[in-house]
Amino acid sequence: MGKERVAVVGVGQTKHQATRGDVSLAGLVREAAVRALEDAEMTWADVDAVVVGKAPDFFEGVMMPELYLADALGAVGKPLFRVHTAGSVGGSTAIVAAQLVQAGIHERVLTVAFEKQSDSEAMWALSLPIPFQPPMHAGAGGYFAPHVRSYMARSKAPDHIGILVALKDRTNALKNPYAHLHEHDISFDSIKDSIMLWDPIRYAETCPSSDGACAMVLASEAVADAAPGPVAWIHGTAMRSEPTMSADRDPVLPRGGADCARDVFAQAGITNPRRQVDCVEMYVPFSWFEPMWLENLGFAAPGEGWRLVEDGVTQLDGDLPVNMSGGVLSSNPIGASGMLRFAEAALQVRGRAGEHQVDGARTAVGHAYGGGSQFFAMWVVGSDKP
Amino acid sequence: MIDVAVVATAQMPNVRSETRRNEVEMLMPVLQEVRERAGLDRTEIGFTCSGSTDYLSGQAFSFVSTLDGVGPWPPIQESHVEMDGAWALYEAWVKLQLGEVDTALVYSYGKSSPGPLHEVLSRQLDPYHVAPLWPDAISLAALQARALLESGRATEADLAEVACRSRRAALDNPNAQLRWDRSVEEHLAEEPIVDPLRRSDCPPITDGACAVILAAGDRARSLAARPAWIRGIDHRVEPMALGLRDLTTSASTHQAGQRAGVGDGPVDVAELHAPFTHQELILRAALGLDDHGNVNPSGGALAANPVMVAGLTRIAEVAQRILDGEAGRGVAHATSGPCLQQNLVCVLEGDR
Amino acid sequence: MADLALPPSLQGVEPVRSVRTPARLEYQYTAGEATTRFLRGIEQRRILGERAPGGKVYVPSRGADPQLGVPTSEQVELPAVGTLTSFCVVNVAFYGQGMEIPYTSGLILLDGADLPIMHLIQECPVEDVRIGMRVEGVWVDDDDLAPTLESIRYFRPTGEPDVEVVQPGEGVTW
Repeated sequence: MGKERVAVVGVGQTKHQATRGDVSLAGLVREAAVRALEDAEMTWADVDAVVVGKAPDFFEGVMMPELYLADALGAVGKPLFRVHTAGSVGGSTAIVAAQLVQAGIHERVLTVAFEKQSDSEAMWALSLPIPFQPPMHAGAGGYFAPHVRSYMARSKAPDHIGILVALKDRTNALKNPYAHLHEHDISFDSIKDSIMLWDPIRYAETCPSSDGACAMVLASEAVADAAPGPVAWIHGTAMRSEPTMSADRDPVLPRGGADCARDVFAQAGITNPRRQVDCVEMYVPFSWFEPMWLENLGFAAPGEGWRLVEDGVTQLDGDLPVNMSGGVLSSNPIGASGMLRFAEAALQVRGRAGEHQVDGARTAVGHAYGGGSQFFAMWVVGSDKP
Repeated sequence: MIDVAVVATAQMPNVRSETRRNEVEMLMPVLQEVRERAGLDRTEIGFTCSGSTDYLSGQAFSFVSTLDGVGPWPPIQESHVEMDGAWALYEAWVKLQLGEVDTALVYSYGKSSPGPLHEVLSRQLDPYHVAPLWPDAISLAALQARALLESGRATEADLAEVACRSRRAALDNPNAQLRWDRSVEEHLAEEPIVDPLRRSDCPPITDGACAVILAAGDRARSLAARPAWIRGIDHRVEPMALGLRDLTTSASTHQAGQRAGVGDGPVDVAELHAPFTHQELILRAALGLDDHGNVNPSGGALAANPVMVAGLTRIAEVAQRILDGEAGRGVAHATSGPCLQQNLVCVLEGDR
Repeated sequence: MADLALPPSLQGVEPVRSVRTPARLEYQYTAGEATTRFLRGIEQRRILGERAPGGKVYVPSRGADPQLGVPTSEQVELPAVGTLTSFCVVNVAFYGQGMEIPYTSGLILLDGADLPIMHLIQECPVEDVRIGMRVEGVWVDDDDLAPTLESIRYFRPTGEPDVEVVQPGEGVTW
């Protein structure tokens, strides 16, 4: 094997907001990066390489913005890398960064994922009309809504499951000072009464559009052993991709997601995810994706994921908390969202998640997906060395 | 470190404009060819990585539809960089170091023809202070060329020599786009389009695609009679702002070249990603190849410049010469960003 | 963030907080051979799918069998009739859309195809739309036929009995 151990020794993120008009692109990424470096008690000079991830550049109107940000990210004279795997990018970026350490190439890697989507027109960038392609009649959310309906039909889940997930995530977000949405008046009824955007998905069950950035410092075993505070050891990483339009695809229970989960759990020695994982940060942009992903990742049998929601298992004080940070439903800077899931999982096993900390969390999962539910990235982190 | 080699390469013949086929259709034959050359079925590839950019195609998430051409079923381990394919190769090389998979498919493709390329590239620039001025890529290169000429280290005739030599060499490259035999005098007789650059000092606009198969250790030995081993690979970046760096040298190329070990052995062939003639001179100096007699035998980016592909193609050209037994050790270089801002250097060698 | 020390000439001057920089780029898109075949067929009121070597029929074909990564070229003419495999009801206006809300957007598996297309469902109250409904396409007038999927205005119920829909992967455990 050629794999060295690697750990998360620093985490930083911005306050996510609809519009961060107080910072430039450089200011946004540095806010997260500086916090991560401070958390790791490192300086810019300590960093060996920088790995950046973000989604389509039309969101900011800058082509390959990491080039422009090279000095802002302290990357001059260093290797600078830019990953783009659609919505899962924040996760795959963290994995690419981890691999640089695992391969023994670098000892300290700064990884940053961001989106300043208020700079451009987010909805336009997401569904840019392209000639000759079938028009997107229902927009981006409308792409997923029929699949949610399929899940509801297949699983016979009661209608209110989506509401319960949205309520949970937005309530959790109140305990996360960085989250975009802080809806103090949110309730079951306020979600239920919100407008149906793409039936069966309601407005209040949909992620916001946010500006934000997330950063982590990944380090080798020697550096992590000498770290000033607790670190999150990476026990496994996995990525899978499948085609957008393929006759055998199941967009409700994608094989790519299931394969990705099986791979990462095998690496981490997890044979019973439901029992052995303490908490999960998964990419849920529309509330019904929580029960769908619980099944896809093997936490529940097909058709049974909604029961975990119904029974309160995924609540912050439940048996398997999901999206303790408020998740994508509460903050969605698209390029950063995947890395936020990975970073929040790391914060949990380091005991650094503040008010949304799960007591005694020692094994956590970070998950990101992108495209038409076709790109998957996951990692498992733990308080102990693998 | 695990030994990783290039075991097969394939390219699409570079053209000014591919208007019949879309990107997937353009790419598929190249992927099929490279797999055939390696003798690998698509299900035998351990990891796939590609390089492309949305701004070139005018489409968000553009790489997603191209993935269909790879046949990613059952689901595959795959990644994508918004960079030249040379950096996708770097990611694949790193992945192979982990020892979990022993083969990787690396590809990049790009149509420069759909959009106004030189204006599109201006979208890379500082969005607050520079991009709103819409400085096109040729003008920025001309700034750099002027600086080099003023330094006294090159003359316009030196630039002309690079241009003529490159297009003449391209006559032997069936994949090249610009191929002719012209004299330095003919070149110098052209009126500059953006002084001091003449049209012949500039790259063509190109649609193209390239794919490479990497393999590790014994797997490489089983797939190629003479694998092109990657002995060193490194990349570095400089600040974007032109006023913050010496445009007449390429510090990051020099740095990457040192770390990749360019000087550790003889260099039989060098493929340098220099879209503009003056840039070849700068890169030669940075890599200690000033008087080297075998630079860009393919014609280089002056003969075909599919943006996002040209860097990977340089690696493919060196690798293929080693695979074919024509060269023992070679250097390939890729660049990104305005005026050689970011550079990657790869040293490849065949078994002796 | 450290406070900046401004020179005397800039003291009290209002800082620039943002700059609006319009950008315009014109691109020429290539439909590609497969899409061209499909759209030319549409112009003749024909829906042409393409069969992949594995036997699956894709419509609209994009030129590649996404499972095998090989070109598709065998044409298969499909009727403008199929089954609704899923749908959503759109209640909100969004960029680029010009339809009256609410409207139904559905996934329609045309008879003989292996992948559904997404299109509008009309002539059916939104509350009556259901999975398994049989639908047929309504074309524009001959004069308005053009190489775009919008030559089919929408799909409407045929009135046939519903059929059972088995979603791909349903019942399968990976």
